Amino acid sequence: MHFTINGTKYDADPDIRTSLLDLLREHLGLTGSKKGCDHGQCGACTVLVNGRRINSCLTLAVMHQDDEITTIEGIGTPDNLAPLQSAFVRHDGFQCGYCTPGQICSATGMLDEAKKGWPSHVSESLDGDIALSDEEIRERMSGNLCRCSAYPNIVDAIREIAGEDA
Amino acid sequence: MKTFDYSRADTPQDAVKGGAVGNTRFIAGGTNLLDLMKLQIETPERIVDISRLALNEVEAMDDGGLRIGAMVPNADLAAHPQVIKAYPVLSRALLAGASGQLRNKASTGGNFLQRTRCYYFYDTAVPCNKREPGSGCPAKEGFNRIHAILGTSDACIATHPSDMAVAMRALDTTLVTLKPDGDRRRISIHEFYRLPGDTPHIETVLEEGELITHVELPPAPAGKQAYRKVRDRASYAFALVSVAAIVAVDDGKIANASLAFGGLGPMPWRSEAAEAALIGKAPEREAFEAAADALLADAKGFGSNDFKIPLTRRTLIAVLRDLTEDAA
Ligand SMILES: Cc1cc2nc3c(=O)[nH]c(=O)nc-3n(C[C@H](O)[C@H](O)[C@H](O)COP(=O)(O)OP(=O)(O)OC[C@H]3O[C@@H](n4cnc5c(N)ncnc54)[C@H](O)[C@@H]3O)c2cc1C
Ligand code: SF4
Ligand code: FES
Ligand code: FES
Repeated sequence: MHFTINGTKYDADPDIRTSLLDLLREHLGLTGSKKGCDHGQCGACTVLVNGRRINSCLTLAVMHQDDEITTIEGIGTPDNLAPLQSAFVRHDGFQCGYCTPGQICSATGMLDEAKKGWPSHVSESLDGDIALSDEEIRERMSGNLCRCSAYPNIVDAIREIAGEDA
Repeated sequence: MKTFDYSRADTPQDAVKGGAVGNTRFIAGGTNLLDLMKLQIETPERIVDISRLALNEVEAMDDGGLRIGAMVPNADLAAHPQVIKAYPVLSRALLAGASGQLRNKASTGGNFLQRTRCYYFYDTAVPCNKREPGSGCPAKEGFNRIHAILGTSDACIATHPSDMAVAMRALDTTLVTLKPDGDRRRISIHEFYRLPGDTPHIETVLEEGELITHVELPPAPAGKQAYRKVRDRASYAFALVSVAAIVAVDDGKIANASLAFGGLGPMPWRSEAAEAALIGKAPEREAFEAAADALLADAKGFGSNDFKIPLTRRTLIAVLRDLTEDAA
């Protein structure tokens, strides 16, 4: 099977049952994406597929051979952090850090959704302007759990970047 | 997970050809099927990938309705300008479900067919009539806080967990399918789901290998629309009770009412009796109470879900009050 991840081509021959998450971690050594629950309930495995955030644990690798996949490794590097990554550092948006790659991939996709004008469950109007209030950020990020409960600082970090984008 | 043969379908015709062979499952978003396959609750021998089928358009129909491809993701459908404008109850129901990541993957077709979240259905160490026909139903005497109060049977008291399908039922949706023999069917959502009876493992009228290709919404109904979901967390939790309501008030009287409910039954629930109790009445407490009485006349709790009866009553009354507030 052939994959395009963070702009790099990879060949791999995983068992047909392999999830996209296991392909990344176990076959390609891209261990930034994390496995929390393996059932779509925690968001630790969030990656971007063709720019959209998804749970990589609930999809098969074989289904994504023609896609552009972006993982946390493709969002930024230790010497060249993406703005969201530096904001998480600045605001202390983590404790153990296990949920962080998923939070950052998810927030990247979420900011894009907001830019497209997608409403959320807490949006007063379905077709109004999207202002990313704390309430909006919390709702839109509810698919990413944090066992350390760094939520207030995660919201601070995302709010800072959302403000810059606006 | 049990292993399986995998193939990707390029056309709906391809898909149904593959689907016609026994013990095959279509995979769309995979968010429910893979979850269940990991636990070996679903053990298909063959998987036909329908995720690349060209069924991802939302199109206006000549009669003023809307045709939605079965592969349209829940996220895109919720944000579609025409859905927001004419069917806000559907946008609201979709946005109340799952998470941003899941809605990006979950498909319109797959959402209708997601299976129950009954804890015993998920626990392969215990019996369950839905998972293993004839083995028993531990939920009836067990933990049944999330279970049904309407439409249950001796064999099964599970609920259908979808939010989207509740709005679809209030909107009188039609499902369009393709069968392996090439025939197309149009199935009203009111006939699509089956009550559990003594075969709770059979949940819909779909035949083996039958593919949902589209969903059609009739022209926008008159009146105001709302979806209200009551759950244990503010976000990212299934409904305990939900109400999709479309109500039109004319000249101080309720002219039209369409009410569908989640969390109450084995399928998105619709109550003609509740609707009849509203029509022609002034939009006031008395009529709302009568509608709740009609809806819940046959309701039956199983212990830990008894609370759903008063909760449903209050939620329905609150939704009806909100929808008719400035019309009274
Ligand atoms: C953590 C979590 C929380 C969730 N919370 C909610 C919630 O609050 N509210 C809610 O409504 N849902 C919720 N969901 C469920 C989610 O909405 C469903 O998993 C999703 O809609 C299923 O769509 P899919 O495309 O991924 O289906 P798949 O998993 O691909 O398929 C599901 C079933 O449908 C069949 N199928 C799919 N497409 C077709 C077709 N076109 N024709 C015929 N058969 C088909 C498949 O064979 C399979 O049996 C949640 C899920 C998770 C994991
Ligand atoms: S309620 Fe239905 S799904 Fe749950 S244990 Fe009983 S038979 Fe199984
Ligand atoms: S590991 Fe995928 S959502 Fe938890
Ligand atoms: S920082 Fe530890 S789980 Fe979020």
